[in-house]
Amino acid sequence: MSLLDIDVREKAFGKTIVLHDIKLSLENGQAAVLLGPSGCGKSTLLRIAAGLDKQFSGSVSVKTGHDGNAKSPPVAFVFQEPRLMPWLTVAQNIGFADGGKFDTARVNGLIADVGLTGHAATLPKALSGGMAQRVAIARALYTEPRILLLDEPFSAVDAFTRMKLQDLVLKLVEQRGISFLLVTHDIDEALYLGDRIYMMGAGDGGIQHDLSVDVARPRDRRAARLAELKSDVLTALQAAHVI
Amino acid sequence: MTLSTHEFRGEAQDKTTALRRPVGTVSGFAARIASLDLRGAIVPVGALALLELFVRMGWVSPYVLPPPSDLYTTFLYLAEGPLWTNIGASALRVLIGFAFGSLLAIVVGSIVGLWYSAERYLEPSFQALRAVPSLAWVPLLMIWFGIGETSKIVLIAKSAFFPVYLSLFSGIRNVDRKLVEVGEMYRQPLPVLVWRILIPASLPHLFTGLRYGLSLAWLSVVAAELLAASEGIGYMLSDGRELSRPDLVLIAIICLAILGKISDSLFKLIEDRCLSWRDSYSTAIGGRPA
Ligand SMILES: Nc1ncnc2c1ncn2[C@@H]1O[C@H](COP(=O)(O)OP(=O)(O)O)[C@@H](O)[C@H]1O
Ligand SMILES: [Mg+2]
Repeated sequence: MSLLDIDVREKAFGKTIVLHDIKLSLENGQAAVLLGPSGCGKSTLLRIAAGLDKQFSGSVSVKTGHDGNAKSPPVAFVFQEPRLMPWLTVAQNIGFADGGKFDTARVNGLIADVGLTGHAATLPKALSGGMAQRVAIARALYTEPRILLLDEPFSAVDAFTRMKLQDLVLKLVEQRGISFLLVTHDIDEALYLGDRIYMMGAGDGGIQHDLSVDVARPRDRRAARLAELKSDVLTALQAAHVI
Repeated sequence: MTLSTHEFRGEAQDKTTALRRPVGTVSGFAARIASLDLRGAIVPVGALALLELFVRMGWVSPYVLPPPSDLYTTFLYLAEGPLWTNIGASALRVLIGFAFGSLLAIVVGSIVGLWYSAERYLEPSFQALRAVPSLAWVPLLMIWFGIGETSKIVLIAKSAFFPVYLSLFSGIRNVDRKLVEVGEMYRQPLPVLVWRILIPASLPHLFTGLRYGLSLAWLSVVAAELLAASEGIGYMLSDGRELSRPDLVLIAIICLAILGKISDSLFKLIEDRCLSWRDSYSTAIGGRPA
């Protein structure tokens, strides 16, 4: 059994079927990327995986840790928007899972890890988009999850910030041995972050194609192999009539 | 960003005053007086000056509109006697009625806001009740509670209830689903979600309702006292009418204006403290001279 097994037979909103016969699994230590055009149901699939959406037919199974800690769920979510509580400071937002009595040492460690030292008492309104997303990443890591689900987490920031945040997530996830499933519509991002890429077609096309990224880490964004794989991806997407 | 520059500026000011401590106190006070924004005073002061002029010129009879100088004499006379008792009586009624009404509204508003079937049962009746003007209840309240304090306080509480209830209800219903989802992600049970997300997120709405409820509470205290009372600002008003003393009426009106303004400003102060996290247009221009 894998760390995370998703098997969605059908997911519909009213009469429109959004997802149909989708099987996806995440292995321990793996970085999986779900690539697809806007509106193909990526967010819906990820919300199902997170247990936020239970109105579907099929099953999701998460292998719980050996300690079986029921209090902290083994899955954490980073949303497309930071979704910080505007009335809480950076530190309080990061420790949100534990409310008022959060673990200060762990929060301070995370603040340093995401590069926000000195901003513990800052309110979200004074943060830039990139800083806010760093807080959201730290908040997801606070519960010490084994699986991280990320829904287009860098799509709202500029290209330079995006590259920095990608490297940050890779570093933090590697340090902690976390597996992640990331959703994106950016081919370069998929190739840079993923060990395995699942491509979704438009409509309820399901997963059209998947490929392994056989490039060692740390990767160089300019690597020739990545460019080759990008042309493979484009070919596959063209075959699936996505582009 | 504005927050951090603000804090920085505040620190710098503290340092300079600390350095000039020996002479700083006097100049600091003078600076505070000089920095007072007096533009809001231009209209009332101008109106008073014009009024005085009109009466002095004989264009308006002092029996219709007493000049401000007469008002001042009446005020000095009242200030030695019943004025403070009347103000105190009205303020106490407003305070008690508003406290009861808004507390009840917070309880009921939370229940109806959170519990959809409670909305189905209660909301239609509330909408119908809301359509009845507050004053229509007065005869019934008098039959039930007599003409004493209870009927007045119930009337005030009833007036304060609806704006607070409505704003809290819509506040809870308008909480961003995306924020609630963050709590659901951590498997937080409903009471925790309510306490950590729904209540703080609906505070801005609630404060709007509380301030409006407070203004309605002042409105109904006057109505209640006009009908039957032996003290209070509304009593001053009816007293002035019976004695044909427009100066008494005007003093009562000025008192109401000042009291309403003071209580609203106090509330605004609390609101600004509680909601300093808001990143809205009003907080953005708050610190800047317009
Ligand atoms: N709550 C909802 N109600 C109705 N339709 C929805 C809802 N959420 C998503 N959809 C529809 O499902 C489809 C997939 O949406 P989504 O998963 O957000 O796509 P993606 O994240 O890939 O852009 C879209 O066509 C969208 O209109
Ligand atoms: Mg999406």
